[in-house]
Amino acid sequence: MKIAHLTLKELIDTASSSSGINVDVGPFAFNLRSKEKTFLSTFRDLYIDFPVVPSDEVVDFYIELNSPNNLRKYFGPQVNVTLDGEQPFQPFAITHGMPLFEWGLNWCIARQGQHLFMLHSAVLERNGKALILPAVPGSGKSTLCSAIAQRGWRFLSDEFCMIRPSDGQILPIPRPTPLKNESIEVIKDFSPDAFIGPLFPKTRKGTIGHLRAPSDSVASMKKTATPALIVFPRYESGSTINLKPLNKSYAFLKLTTNSFNYHFQGQTGFDLVCKMISECDTYDLVYSNLNEAIACINQINDDL
Amino acid sequence: MTFKNLYDEPSKSLLLDFLNKPSSAADFNNQHWTLLIRTAKACKLLAHVAWVIDQHNLNSILPEKVKNQFIAALKIAEFRQRQTLWEINRLRRALKSFDATVIVLKGGAYLLLKLPFAKGRLLSDVDIMVKKANINNIEQMLLEQLWESQKVDEYDQHYYRQWMHEIPPLSHPLRAVEVDIHHTIIPPTSKFKPDPNLLFTDAIKVDDINFKVLSPCDMVLHSAVHLFSDSDLGNKLRDLVDLDQLFRHFVSQNTNFQNHLFKRARELGLQRPLYYTFKFTHQFLGTPLTISKQEISSISPPFPVSWLMNTLVPLALLPENPNHHRQSVRFARWLLYIRSHYLRMPLRLLLPHLARKSLMRIKADED
Repeated sequence: MKIAHLTLKELIDTASSSSGINVDVGPFAFNLRSKEKTFLSTFRDLYIDFPVVPSDEVVDFYIELNSPNNLRKYFGPQVNVTLDGEQPFQPFAITHGMPLFEWGLNWCIARQGQHLFMLHSAVLERNGKALILPAVPGSGKSTLCSAIAQRGWRFLSDEFCMIRPSDGQILPIPRPTPLKNESIEVIKDFSPDAFIGPLFPKTRKGTIGHLRAPSDSVASMKKTATPALIVFPRYESGSTINLKPLNKSYAFLKLTTNSFNYHFQGQTGFDLVCKMISECDTYDLVYSNLNEAIACINQINDDL
Repeated sequence: MTFKNLYDEPSKSLLLDFLNKPSSAADFNNQHWTLLIRTAKACKLLAHVAWVIDQHNLNSILPEKVKNQFIAALKIAEFRQRQTLWEINRLRRALKSFDATVIVLKGGAYLLLKLPFAKGRLLSDVDIMVKKANINNIEQMLLEQLWESQKVDEYDQHYYRQWMHEIPPLSHPLRAVEVDIHHTIIPPTSKFKPDPNLLFTDAIKVDDINFKVLSPCDMVLHSAVHLFSDSDLGNKLRDLVDLDQLFRHFVSQNTNFQNHLFKRARELGLQRPLYYTFKFTHQFLGTPLTISKQEISSISPPFPVSWLMNTLVPLALLPENPNHHRQSVRFARWLLYIRSHYLRMPLRLLLPHLARKSLMRIKADED
């Protein structure tokens, strides 16, 4: 069963019951309990294609998103996220349940997903070959990834490149992409059919709108992918497109600093990064035009 | 009885049942695993559970998701262990010319001794102990080598130095591991006053390292006094697990261990924490007792105290069922929290301190 098979009312009833609702996002499943109708409505729109897991299955995280029971509910109501019994975040305004939930889920994954090697990267796949786009501030990773996903690539993840240590395969986690500020308009123009949820102004990253993952990506999220291309993108306004092969030892350093848990993994992390940079082609890409960037990336993907 | 009936009882703990009989996991269904993991996470024992599973060769029966969570928990524990050993390594280098004894306490010591259960233990700080006369010297040496004091507030600095058994924590900016330097094992204001000289006399060397660790008896007594006299006991099953594991390990090496311990507790004046250790490790974790019941009752507290502790400790110390939070547990934890403060310092010191702290907090909020 998928979230889509539940009406909004059914979703609210299940999520507000004591057992909550279990949702599978690929390498992880979580239990969600919430009574917040606005949040659940947005959640339903953005996670519509994801499978619902039976209530007696083991899940990884227990997430609760509710209003704290205090006087604030009468003036400036707030919402709190509880992650496996902990509350690491300050409450948000009641309207901002969705970004709070997404950050909460990221926190759970980054903290507890230590059985996998995690890069802070977007991942896409075409012809069985995965493209890794590591995030560096100002790289425009989410925008570029969202655009590529609209042009015949399978979208695997915007935030987490999850690598299984036993075989180096990438496990997709095609959650919604948080587009920030100008990127929202850019993607709307680039692909008018793309579904973007409500906009959340004044978050610590500016205005955020979540782009829903393509249905096909979610349907095939249990299909792993082999790393083949690592491209470090950099958006530079007005620049002409410039793709340069990146020296492997430098790529090694860039990749380790891009990892969420390189230091946790010890030898496993070192071995995995070695394997990846020796098996993948590594590039630096400077771009200003999305169509040019996509053409260029398609080319190196075809040449593999 | 079905799972629902049995473990919906808030007083029943699947985690305790598992720790007492790990082989019972062979019959676990998904609901059992879920409850076990959630409870273990809530009291920071997930890595320990993973280690127990491994010790009992139960890895092959684990559902995929459970296996992954255990691998992840052990990875986190291993990382913190590496961090701790590296910090000890850096301290040894920084203190090469320090010519007095340095004793590594608690988790760091278990690691240096390679105690089996240390593999599943989550470490946070590095705790070391030197004689009080050397404490300024060691602090100065570390400050000169770029460690920094974590408490910048003047009142906190004064409070630690005047009343505590340790100086304000230090940490090196490159590694950010907190180093706590003690001169004894319990605040000097507490009603227990073990003579630190005795601890230094018995301390033992580990391998070829110039740092020492406490003797096995003192190690247990330190852990006991820490749990039963210097903590609020709230959700502290992991400290009881430490005591259980230390017992089992040292008894396996020396069958007379508990008798030695008994004698040592008298020398240090720590009979009361030892009594609670015997009582509660045996009651909750089935720790074998090799000394007689009479000997144990000879160090028991008088009636009203023993009754109160027998009632409150199980409520406060054991993890709650994540689906049922109880008022009685909150109340017991509150009472034992008060007790911990009362034991730590006399009221004439405690009340001004708490008043001062509250005022500072209010002021900070206003700023």
